[in-house]
Amino acid sequence: MTAAAVPATSPVSTGEQPGVRLARSRRNAELSLLLLAMVLVAAYSATVEATVLDTVTPDFWIPAAALGLVFLGLHLIIRWLAPFADPALLPAVALLNGIGVGFLRRYDLAQAAPADREHLAIFAGTGGRQLAWTLAAVILAAALLAIMRDHRSLSRYAYTLGLAGIVLVMIPAVLPARFSEINNAKLWIRIGGFSIQPGEFAKLALLAFFAYYLVRKREVLSLASRRVLGIDFPRGRDLGPVLVVWIISLLVLVFEKDLGTSLLYFGMFVVTLYIATERVSWLLIGLILFFGGAYLAYLLGGTVGGPFANFYLRAEIWLDPFGDPYDKGYQLVQGLLTLGTGGLFGAGPGGGQPTLLPEVQTDFIFAGIGEEIGLFGLSALLVVYLLIVERGLRAALAVRDSFGKLLAGGLAFTLGLQVFVIVGGISKLIPLTGQTTPFLSAGGSSLMANWLLIAVLLRVSDGARRPVGPGGPAVRPSGGPPEQLHGAPTEVIRP
Amino acid sequence: MPELVITVARFGFLILLWIFVFTVVGVIRRDLFAGARSGRLVAAPRTVGASTGQAARPAKVKRGRAAHQLVVTAGQLAGTRITLGESQITIGRAEDSTLVITDDYASARHARLVPRDGQWFVEDLGSTNGTYLDRAKVTGPTPVPLGVPIRIGRTSLELRP
Repeated sequence: MTAAAVPATSPVSTGEQPGVRLARSRRNAELSLLLLAMVLVAAYSATVEATVLDTVTPDFWIPAAALGLVFLGLHLIIRWLAPFADPALLPAVALLNGIGVGFLRRYDLAQAAPADREHLAIFAGTGGRQLAWTLAAVILAAALLAIMRDHRSLSRYAYTLGLAGIVLVMIPAVLPARFSEINNAKLWIRIGGFSIQPGEFAKLALLAFFAYYLVRKREVLSLASRRVLGIDFPRGRDLGPVLVVWIISLLVLVFEKDLGTSLLYFGMFVVTLYIATERVSWLLIGLILFFGGAYLAYLLGGTVGGPFANFYLRAEIWLDPFGDPYDKGYQLVQGLLTLGTGGLFGAGPGGGQPTLLPEVQTDFIFAGIGEEIGLFGLSALLVVYLLIVERGLRAALAVRDSFGKLLAGGLAFTLGLQVFVIVGGISKLIPLTGQTTPFLSAGGSSLMANWLLIAVLLRVSDGARRPVGPGGPAVRPSGGPPEQLHGAPTEVIRP
Repeated sequence: MPELVITVARFGFLILLWIFVFTVVGVIRRDLFAGARSGRLVAAPRTVGASTGQAARPAKVKRGRAAHQLVVTAGQLAGTRITLGESQITIGRAEDSTLVITDDYASARHARLVPRDGQWFVEDLGSTNGTYLDRAKVTGPTPVPLGVPIRIGRTSLELRP
């Protein structure tokens, strides 16, 4: 940027020297964590092969090494383009992605005929496809890091992104069912043998728009209010945008037959609103609206049927999965039994029966993995998700501009909410819905969209942790402590 | 494969998984403490910076008419003067700003003024409502001539000789 226009040396910089310590980029920590993650992935595939094949083939390490190379590439790109990005994000995501690829390969092994198992090609089956998708997704993330050198540049395209997001959400609802419906949920665009899930990308675009819109409207939303029962409620006219998003999410619920996506969009908006205004009333209003809407859809589904019938059915399965365990409740019952079989420590990688569980490669991957690594391992994976979300929120706290705060906070929360929706679904906490498990589930759209999300978080955290150039004009706002004034003769003035 | 090897691999994997988790937590933790420690270190050498700043000062002021005062001409703090030295002036609502302005349209860290060889540069710090030099929005470090108003929300500032 313009930093080069001004001479870099300045008398102020001498006093700044100790501050340079703060500017540690921690890229080496990232590299070693990444290596540890890849060792874990290799250990996972070795254990799987030892259990399933009763021998470890000489090329068990190849998928892990291929993944390692891909992530190493991204690591080098981060070193170059975002040197102050958070060191924990990439390794954590790499671990989840690697375990996902490993489990999908293990699923391929279970499906293949025993004779073919030892010669399963690296890029064959769902596991191989996932490996290829990972490569594509990481390239996409790197490209985003290269194009978007400053997260604030995203706000220039906010309205375009918002429109694109709404169009992407609407496409599957408008398309005829044969182009958009898979497993009774209209979430897809199917062209030939190829299908993409536009909603996954829409959430990123919509969030950038929400963040921009709320930065503009924050003052009026947080200042104008009425106080009822000790909680500040917003004025009626300010409720407009939240009602619009609520209606969109209910339309998604009804026409795309997907509770999870609609919960995701609505939760995303309400939480960005909450971050922008710091008002608990928005959370209350959001929860009441959402549960009211969902309950209404349930009642309507029970009496009227029509577009609400699917949601009614899902809610019925959730309330009593064992009422029809061989037909409607089959998937959920199998999922619960799978988790139960896993128990505390699991059957060991490769020791489970993933073929008995429908959709184990996508929606139920968490149950499938849970059978083999047990509660002990699953909670480790959940903690890894938690750490990713925490790092995202930390970046949001540290970055200085409000757009960056809302963007990073919203993205991190969305990731967490998506994990909650799907893990809650398979463990019968909430009605099951066809969400993907971020980074684990088979599927290119989900993987690419979530890697793009991580790229944005990396970019924001780089902006947040980047130190202000010594005494000179900052390349971007820094999250570090304010620069000291070196006892200069200035008067601090307060009114 | 003997049963024992598989059992060891099984539990070894789980333990390794948790080791990974705790290593990540450790990295995050070290990060937090590193920030805290150097925060203290930055605060300590104030006097060092001041002495070198003053030593270098005479060389700078010679060129032409240099700015010596920052005057608030409009807004709640109108009439306030700040004597300019060698260090930067931060402006915003944050308590630790050099000039703390209580303007509804100002951000916590709104803008700063940085001296470079006797010339002062204004720079926007990613504020919500922007900083304006006269009528033009400030996008990068911009030199501030004497007497030209810098506008931040309802507040207006000028450099005076």
